[in-house]
Amino acid sequence: MNALVPLVVMIPLIGAALALILGKRPALQRIVTVVALTAVLVVGVILLLVVDAGEPLMVEVGGWAAPFGIVLIVDRLAALMVVVSAAVLLAVLIFSVGQGLADGHDETPVSIYYPTYLILGTGVFNAFIAGDLFNLYVGFEILLVSSYVLITLGGTQARIRAGVTYIVVSLVSSMFFLASIAMIYGAVGTVNIAQISLRMAEIPQDVQNILHVMLLVGFGIKAAVFPLSFWLPDSYPTAPAPVTAVFAGLLTKVGVYSIIRTETVIFPGPDLNPALMIVALLTMVVGVLGAIAQADIKRLLSFTLVSHIGFMILGVSLGSAAGTAAAIYYIVHHIVVQTTLFLATGLIERQGGSTSINKLGGLLAASPIIAILFFIPALNLGGIPPFSGFIGKLALFEASAEQGSVLAYVLIGAGALVSLLTLYSLVRVWNLAFWRGADEVEGYESELLTNLSEAPQGATVTKSRTTPRLMIGATAAMVALGVALTVFAGPLYAISDRAGENLEGPSFYVDIVFPDGPAPIDGGAE
Amino acid sequence: MSVSLVLLIVMAVLYACGIYLMLERSMTRVLLGFLLVGNATNLLIIIMAGQSGVAPIVEDGVTVDEMTDPLPQALILTAIVITFAVSAFLLALIYRSWRLEREDNVEDDVDDVAMRLGENGVLTEKSDAASSDTEFGILADAAVTTARDLEEDDERAAAEATDPERASEPVANDPEKAPLKPKGGTE
Repeated sequence: MNALVPLVVMIPLIGAALALILGKRPALQRIVTVVALTAVLVVGVILLLVVDAGEPLMVEVGGWAAPFGIVLIVDRLAALMVVVSAAVLLAVLIFSVGQGLADGHDETPVSIYYPTYLILGTGVFNAFIAGDLFNLYVGFEILLVSSYVLITLGGTQARIRAGVTYIVVSLVSSMFFLASIAMIYGAVGTVNIAQISLRMAEIPQDVQNILHVMLLVGFGIKAAVFPLSFWLPDSYPTAPAPVTAVFAGLLTKVGVYSIIRTETVIFPGPDLNPALMIVALLTMVVGVLGAIAQADIKRLLSFTLVSHIGFMILGVSLGSAAGTAAAIYYIVHHIVVQTTLFLATGLIERQGGSTSINKLGGLLAASPIIAILFFIPALNLGGIPPFSGFIGKLALFEASAEQGSVLAYVLIGAGALVSLLTLYSLVRVWNLAFWRGADEVEGYESELLTNLSEAPQGATVTKSRTTPRLMIGATAAMVALGVALTVFAGPLYAISDRAGENLEGPSFYVDIVFPDGPAPIDGGAE
Repeated sequence: MSVSLVLLIVMAVLYACGIYLMLERSMTRVLLGFLLVGNATNLLIIIMAGQSGVAPIVEDGVTVDEMTDPLPQALILTAIVITFAVSAFLLALIYRSWRLEREDNVEDDVDDVAMRLGENGVLTEKSDAASSDTEFGILADAAVTTARDLEEDDERAAAEATDPERASEPVANDPEKAPLKPKGGTE
């Protein structure tokens, strides 16, 4: 079974090479891309089943023994993340294939889109299974560089402007990450995560805190945690709809995933947990307040994305198995639902010719399918029972109450408030874009619209061409996946629970890499 | 672990200059800043390798204590390649921006400006190219008109490749795309 582990990275990489060669044959290129991602999904599901049934998998790349060579590790958390990301990548791919077929690839031009998309997947998967801090950095770089290409796709002025913000901020986060790897190497003489975890205990507490904060800042920028989240709503909305959807679903979650690893394996101590809780609180509240002020649906969703990152950080910051488990379930839920909402917004844009709720109207009558495809994930994100959003939030609140500090109860209150405000902003979209008649849009007066401002030239998208079945189908599949997270919440939550237990303290992770007990302290690189 | 003071000072200076440049609005300066910061980080990794020594090749009479730590060098090589790729991409981006708008500065987000100015806020102040502090100075007076045409040509070629019928009719509903000007001289 170990042989399957590198495949998760190799398949999309080879697929990307093939797709690049087939640049002149769009049909073959599409087939290669779809097949590659389907294969990863299958491999991911097998890995999840194997890992959940028994032992986690560890591969020493090139046969070099653990602390010296690079290790790839698949535990429950990594396998779960690989499966969800592969599913989401596949659905969004099919959505963009549909869009490309319909529009003659105006939005997703020419030969580079599919290879870049696969390389993005490579980076994401590599980051999930990396057992080595530097390999994690390489995974980050792979996904970041391909995301630079995707966000500036087509090279229009607006996209370049948004892209530059995104790229420069990402470069800074990478530099933070690389510098902290250098510092950690200087402190403990290794980049193997398990060995770092073993040796970190011997480092003085103040040095540990510096290294810890540096790592968290690097990951925090990627994950869009509050003081470092300013770049996200600025840069995501201008990209093509499928690109925004996959970025919103996956890229920030890779950051959150790395934060989970940092908090549970590298620095398992509780020193920074209160600080993380405050950060989580601010992320939730500030993000959702931003969402309320937006008229453009894409920007609104970008702000709710930031806001809901706060929920995940809350789960991590509790420092308990229950909290981590809840955070993991919430990540899975949020990847699916946020992506679905962005895809649905892509459909709204085609149907209504705009993404501004000032200009949209009558969509329920015009296209009931799109209405349903937007409504279900919107309720889900807002946390209406019985959807997975409700289950995830309930689990987070339970874990917080279990921890029982004053701050935890404040966070529960804030979380409930943020859910309500999320619901408010999404229901307002529903009321205006779907329920309001198309003829009422001119001169519409409502309290819902006071103080909503937007860019004057915003929303001049060509009103639709038809909406292809493939796009509807892909979005519907994502909605179904979101509903499945609710229906199969029992088994899924059980996996998250077990993953959370594995992450309580670093010993489980360390045992994967060093099954015969920890390597002697002086047996490392120096 | 002893550290070379010279390396340390060079690293600090590189970081300081690099961060200063990255805070500029001009994209070219951001690129230069990124290169400096990247190299400063590489120096940081070198410094973390500790004392220098002989090449880490196992020979008779050379003990582990005399060897240089080889791992940081491997890390730096990877980091250099990544920095190289990213700076190539940034250069392409700067060139594209230059062709489109004769503009090297990063503008404010229009939605943010609208929000700041209130409900009907319209962005009136656009940075004056001639007086702005870019690398291109007063040369930056007009956009390269052919850049837009080239873009349309690209789109048309892509459309033709996938669907010959669709390309023959003018792209409807989009005022910017509709009139296809004759090809200007390419640069």
